[in-house]
Amino acid sequence: MKVGVLVKQVPGSDRVKIDRKTGKMHREEMEAVPNPKDLYAIEAALRIKETLPGVEAVAISMGPLRAREVLEEAIAMGCDRGVLVSDPALSGSDTWVTAYVLARLVQKYESFTLLLAGERSTDGETGQVGPELAALLDIPVVTSVSAIAEITPTTLTVKRELEEGIETISITLPAVIAVTKAVAEPRLPTLGGKKRARASSIPVFTLKDLGLQKEGVGLLGSPTRVTQVFYPTFLRQTQMVDEKDPERVAEWLIRLLETKGIL
Amino acid sequence: MANTASGDKGNPVKKTKIFVLAEVREEYIHPVSFELLHWGRKLLWNSPGEVVALVLGATLRSTLEELIAYGGDRVEFFTHPNLSVFDAQTHAQVLLPFLREEKPDIILAAATVRGRALMPYLAAQLQTGLTADCTDLALEVKTGLLLQKRPAIGGNVLATIKTPHHRPQMSTIRPRLQKPLPRDERRTGAITIHRLESCPVPRVKRLCLEKKETSTLLEDQELIIAGGRGLKHPKNFALLFEIAHLLHGAVGASRVAVDMGWVSYPHQVGLSGKTVSPKIYLAVGISGTVQHLSGVMNAETIIAINKDPQAPIFRVADFGAIGDALEILPHLYRKLKARNDHAVQES
Repeated sequence: MKVGVLVKQVPGSDRVKIDRKTGKMHREEMEAVPNPKDLYAIEAALRIKETLPGVEAVAISMGPLRAREVLEEAIAMGCDRGVLVSDPALSGSDTWVTAYVLARLVQKYESFTLLLAGERSTDGETGQVGPELAALLDIPVVTSVSAIAEITPTTLTVKRELEEGIETISITLPAVIAVTKAVAEPRLPTLGGKKRARASSIPVFTLKDLGLQKEGVGLLGSPTRVTQVFYPTFLRQTQMVDEKDPERVAEWLIRLLETKGIL
Repeated sequence: MANTASGDKGNPVKKTKIFVLAEVREEYIHPVSFELLHWGRKLLWNSPGEVVALVLGATLRSTLEELIAYGGDRVEFFTHPNLSVFDAQTHAQVLLPFLREEKPDIILAAATVRGRALMPYLAAQLQTGLTADCTDLALEVKTGLLLQKRPAIGGNVLATIKTPHHRPQMSTIRPRLQKPLPRDERRTGAITIHRLESCPVPRVKRLCLEKKETSTLLEDQELIIAGGRGLKHPKNFALLFEIAHLLHGAVGASRVAVDMGWVSYPHQVGLSGKTVSPKIYLAVGISGTVQHLSGVMNAETIIAINKDPQAPIFRVADFGAIGDALEILPHLYRKLKARNDHAVQES
């Protein structure tokens, strides 16, 4: 049984330069880390690998060539291997294109019984690629998964956190699931794992390998366009109280709460 | 290949067809659906077009007329026993033929667990764009295109996103940014019930549901007192809880306070936490990053206390006091406690 994990390389901090015209992030110049929420998906895959015999855990990413770093991290944690989709023409791809390209990779080269994703990336923050990939592969998707209760080669029982409560559901595989932080605490890479990661070769698939045209991907092929990036202003008329003594400020607060009908 | 332009290129004199996916939870239409209807009405404003509510479920304990009373022009209810549990794939399979036939210009859903799973599933199969977690929507005057605003890069900036050539234009919208329109029983509209003869068998089955207590939700509070970096220590959050209790309110927190482990994640307010709309938001020792402010801008009144007169929170507050939260809070607690004890004695 093959379990795939979708991982993404993201900026290490919120201080990211963006092109104001295209909305593209300058991914080349910054410190890059594995998307923290993807580590939970990796951990979930590794636990499945430890539960069922004969499970192969494969980390998959799309990004610039340096995104192989996140795949190495996944291998160092315990994944069997990594696969990277990388092509200069993919730069600026939105979630639809990303899912489209990944679906092509899965259909052409890999087929998975289960695909795991994190809740969302810390940069794009959409959480859409998992469900979009499921749709393109025509398999079920369950998001907001907070626990994996049971897995067999054909079914999966999980807990899904809905707004109104926690649902226990069973899913007929193959499927895509997106896990939350509650699923399991990610382990650290081991020394042996790091050695294995360094020694492993990570295949890189280009558009040509996937049989895709560059017009259909990247910024050009993406249905959505960032047309403006701006710093929001939320201005209100502020009445400042001219009072320095802490006790007086507390009294002022109480009077204010009284006039607002709270007290 | 999928990326061919389809549909009209947003001619402003054309009628705009806006679909909203009503959210059904445990056989009830959730009020977030009425917020979506308001968003739809706001987009149309006085231009020609219609707002259509789509509802899926096995049985429904709410009445479909509610969706008309809250702003819908038309309701389409798809019903089959297989739709009792939320499954994005089955729901999409039911909706897709209808959407392909009706060709809406815009589809809106709530950025909830259900909306955020079903919408990307639909968007991928319709081969169109989807913008997640929008905080504002508008129609561009010249082109009639949907302008979708959402925070980007950890909430430090806002981005406007368009779907220029693909249809429908799809967005999930953060709940609670828009109140429902006042209920209007005089509104009329067509309600169609599609009793499906066949429906795919979901590959997702519910075994059980453990319901959550809903009364403690931060989003439902009248007063929130929130602390940030200026609180410096978990023990000061304990004091904040005491004060919140005396004020019959709840405790909120900035991301920093949660990241430091002073208070748990369910209290986090902001983009990476909850969007709240209390009557009073009292921010104590919170500087006011964009990411935090985006979650509180719907508060009726914002009161800020901060040591730093330059803190951005003062630009958005209705009332402000410059001072150290750690010096002010003990006084506030003492005075509130005295009031409360007095009231208890009186009664």
